[in-house]
Amino acid sequence: MNDSIVSLVYLAAAVLFVLGIKGLTKPKTAVRGNTLSATGMLVAVVITLLDRNIISYEYIVAGMITGGVLGGLMATRVQMTSMPQMVALLNGCGGGASLGLASASYFLAMEGSGYTSDIMGTLAVSFVMITVLIGAVTMSGSLVAFAKLQELISGQGIGFSGMKFLNAAIFIASIAILVLLCMNPANSPLFWTLVALAILLGLTLVLPIGGADMPVVIALLNSYSGIAAAAAGFILGNTVLIVTGSLVGASGLILTNIMCVAMNRSLTNVLFGVMAEGSEAIDADEVYGGKVKSAQAEEISMILETARRVVIVPGFGMAMAQAQHAVRELADVMEARGIEVEYAIHPVAGRMPGHMNVLLAEAEVPYDKMVEMDQINPTFDQTDVAIVIGANDVTNPMAREDKGSPIYGMPILNVDKANTVVVIKRSMSPGFAGLPNPLFAMDNCLMVFGDGKKAVIDITANLDLA
Amino acid sequence: MELLIMQLALFVLSLFLGVELITKVPPTLHTPLMSGTNAISGITLVGAVLAAGAGEASTLVHILGFAAVVMATLNVIGGYLVTNRMLAMFKRRD
Repeated sequence: MNDSIVSLVYLAAAVLFVLGIKGLTKPKTAVRGNTLSATGMLVAVVITLLDRNIISYEYIVAGMITGGVLGGLMATRVQMTSMPQMVALLNGCGGGASLGLASASYFLAMEGSGYTSDIMGTLAVSFVMITVLIGAVTMSGSLVAFAKLQELISGQGIGFSGMKFLNAAIFIASIAILVLLCMNPANSPLFWTLVALAILLGLTLVLPIGGADMPVVIALLNSYSGIAAAAAGFILGNTVLIVTGSLVGASGLILTNIMCVAMNRSLTNVLFGVMAEGSEAIDADEVYGGKVKSAQAEEISMILETARRVVIVPGFGMAMAQAQHAVRELADVMEARGIEVEYAIHPVAGRMPGHMNVLLAEAEVPYDKMVEMDQINPTFDQTDVAIVIGANDVTNPMAREDKGSPIYGMPILNVDKANTVVVIKRSMSPGFAGLPNPLFAMDNCLMVFGDGKKAVIDITANLDLA
Repeated sequence: MELLIMQLALFVLSLFLGVELITKVPPTLHTPLMSGTNAISGITLVGAVLAAGAGEASTLVHILGFAAVVMATLNVIGGYLVTNRMLAMFKRRD
């Protein structure tokens, strides 16, 4: 196959990827966008399979069948609540693929004529080593993230206070070895040391990060997997790898930033496992002090009867209680009575960017009812009832008012501005931030204690009878 | 060297294109965006195939290439399928 034709086909594939991502800017065109992007992938892979340098096909076929079957099974079986784990695993595979590809190209060069000792040769080696480093960190880091989210290991941060010095030491050692390898590429034991150190670095980077920060980590690893692919593109001089790798790298970085802003955490703090400094421990009894009112389903449905506008504020607790469908049925009953219903989605309501939207979409909630924080916040003034289900920290008014609070400055949903706030919650236990929530003690707040799904079904049943 | 500079230019321009494109994606679609771009990053399959199919190479190269092909294909197939599954749910009520 003529090289220019191959390059042109790669260009076409890159265009399809860009159009595919563009399709994702609207829910209506998103499916078509994904199909376009998949077509680009097919075209790129098929043209590569026709490459004249490919002599043996048995490893390729075996690998594609194994990966295809595994990927297909995972994609069709995964629960929507487990989507963060799935994406973490896919990120890990992306990093692993770049690592495998870079290692293969290194040994292929070693077995052949080796790398030249001029600047081009040194650059070629450095691309290989950079890909190895990023790919291996992405792979092992993603596996740790997967294990944490799947609860195979503790979701809490694991590590000791000096962990960042260890990480810095491993990182510096890796860079030193990388430089040594650029000067003497033939030293393959050194190469394996680099692989081992990079894998270790991925572990020690992600292990100390706590469960609440996982959305940031997943987005960041997503970015790394893209950058690893772009670096691999420099090894092979393959433009489609460079273009798509950098697109994915940019995407991951943007999402990382969105998540950091939504949690009021700087990226450095997340990466080094630093929690915001709390002035002093806040006593929950002092905050609640007998001011918390609890209510039964009947009372709630009576309040809903006279409401004109209701906003539902879902958190991951709702998904844990498998209450999405019940919530949507409640919304249906309310809408049938002429009540305006919307869902307020905090950026970190789920466990990864946009996760809550997917969980609600699965329960057939229309996407135009899911309203972002910035749009819905000004409307709480005109809201009769806000129903908070399985969410806690993202509604804590301390983030807005209490300058000494560790979550001060975090953007929250201003549910306390609504006429009545109904909080459906198992108990008074604190959320990820470990703080009491003064919202629960407010005059306009009613607590419904119990299983989220059962509580919602009870409210729906009562409202339906009314 | 000139080729390399061109590739570097391509890399930088694509980063900007990525930022422009991604900031337009609404938060509702951020999860499918992640799994979708993830599938796209499985484009490493292209390089993996070249390594796994290299003629004059040791078993080590073939095994590394094979591992890369497995992981990249998993990334591609798993990523696109799961993205499609999620996006179909957003479309359902139209």
